Amino acid sequence: MNILISAAALLILILLVIVGIEAAGLEYFFGVFIPYMAVVIFLSGIIFKLIGWARSPVPFRIPTIAGQQKSLGWIKSSKLDSPATILGVVGRMVLEVLLFRSLFRNTKYETKPGQKLVYGSAKFLWIAALIFHWSFLIIILRHLRYISEPIPSLVPLLQNLDGFFQVGVPELFITNILIVVSLAFLFMRRTADPKNRYLSLTADYFPLLLILAIAITGIMMRYFTKVDIAGIKTFAMGLVSFKPVVPESINVIFYIHLFLVSSLLVYFSFSKLLHMVGVFLSPTRNLSNNNRSVRHVNPWDKPVRIHTYEEYEDEFRDKMKAAGLPLEKE
Amino acid sequence: MYDSGKILAGIIIFILLITFPFWLNSIQGEYKGEPELVIDRSNGAQCVKSTDYMRNSHMTLLNEWRDEVVRNDNRFYTISSGERIEMSLSNTCMSCHANKEEFCDRCHDYSGVKPYCWDCHIEQKKLETN
Repeated sequence: MNILISAAALLILILLVIVGIEAAGLEYFFGVFIPYMAVVIFLSGIIFKLIGWARSPVPFRIPTIAGQQKSLGWIKSSKLDSPATILGVVGRMVLEVLLFRSLFRNTKYETKPGQKLVYGSAKFLWIAALIFHWSFLIIILRHLRYISEPIPSLVPLLQNLDGFFQVGVPELFITNILIVVSLAFLFMRRTADPKNRYLSLTADYFPLLLILAIAITGIMMRYFTKVDIAGIKTFAMGLVSFKPVVPESINVIFYIHLFLVSSLLVYFSFSKLLHMVGVFLSPTRNLSNNNRSVRHVNPWDKPVRIHTYEEYEDEFRDKMKAAGLPLEKE
Repeated sequence: MYDSGKILAGIIIFILLITFPFWLNSIQGEYKGEPELVIDRSNGAQCVKSTDYMRNSHMTLLNEWRDEVVRNDNRFYTISSGERIEMSLSNTCMSCHANKEEFCDRCHDYSGVKPYCWDCHIEQKKLETN
């Protein structure tokens, strides 16, 4: 059911563009208005969320650790998995963001026939996530060639590496295959296993399908239906230099691609995709484990009125003495 | 404790990264629109395919030609007017689209495309001058 809703939502988005372009001729709306609006919503949505996070108090130290805490000098401590210094935290965060070490520790559990519950390592989620995210990043960076003039030298470098095998003309990009395969795996992971299917929501399927559709429309334009690359660059440069020109003779697939990317940008800050910025603010990862060496005073605590035993005894000395209770001071 | 200072710095870095293409182009200001391509029409030869097709798919055509010539030893191609032409980039196409710098390269540089045709093939003109 959740899959159907996601697929239906995606289909509606695609149909909207086809009807809008082919029947209503809304090239300006889909080519200029929607992309600008999407960028504005993307930026303001993320900034809005970040401001909300900035106004929230940081919790008490709650790092989840996977190694020996720093204590006595002769006990070997784990500098990355139980970081006590800022440097350790930075190292931990860099590895988390770039290599997804948390996912590397992912485990699965299953009951095989005739066996008890068995726990085992499950690296496929980690490897597929890694491949997907890196491919997506490289693909996005490659798209800089459409929105910059002159093109930064990073782009040809990436293109050379990505088209390393020089298959066909235009060269086959390795990331194009990898992103589709990894997305297909991530989708299958949710659907093939009943436990995961039970846990998966529309909000899990929709971004997967949306990004898959974006990748597929892009691949279609590059290898199959073909588009006028120079014309699209002129159009994209018009957008980034705030002198938008509506392209003629551009295939409807390009508009679908553009509209789905715009949808992704709009959807971004209201969904799980916000983990792109949220990962930096994970308190279980970005806090150092120095609870025992540094005293953390809760700054928003109200001062507590303390009534010590000495004060208590001073207050009730007479009565306590009358009752025959032992006193510390006579 | 609040991390608002760090988050504010993060917001600024994020905005700069995302709006990078917008301000980069306004700083550089070198963008002059789509490049103009130079074609020598003096010999009155016919086009192999329509401009629209060529703008989108010339690389596919060249790839098919290469396969035909190299693998099937078929060196001729019939265009829509019925004329038979030689399947050759440097001899056929480049008799009108003569100047690599002013035709091929302009558009390829503009679109950030580096075709590896020229890894092996050489421009006729260069061959003659050398």
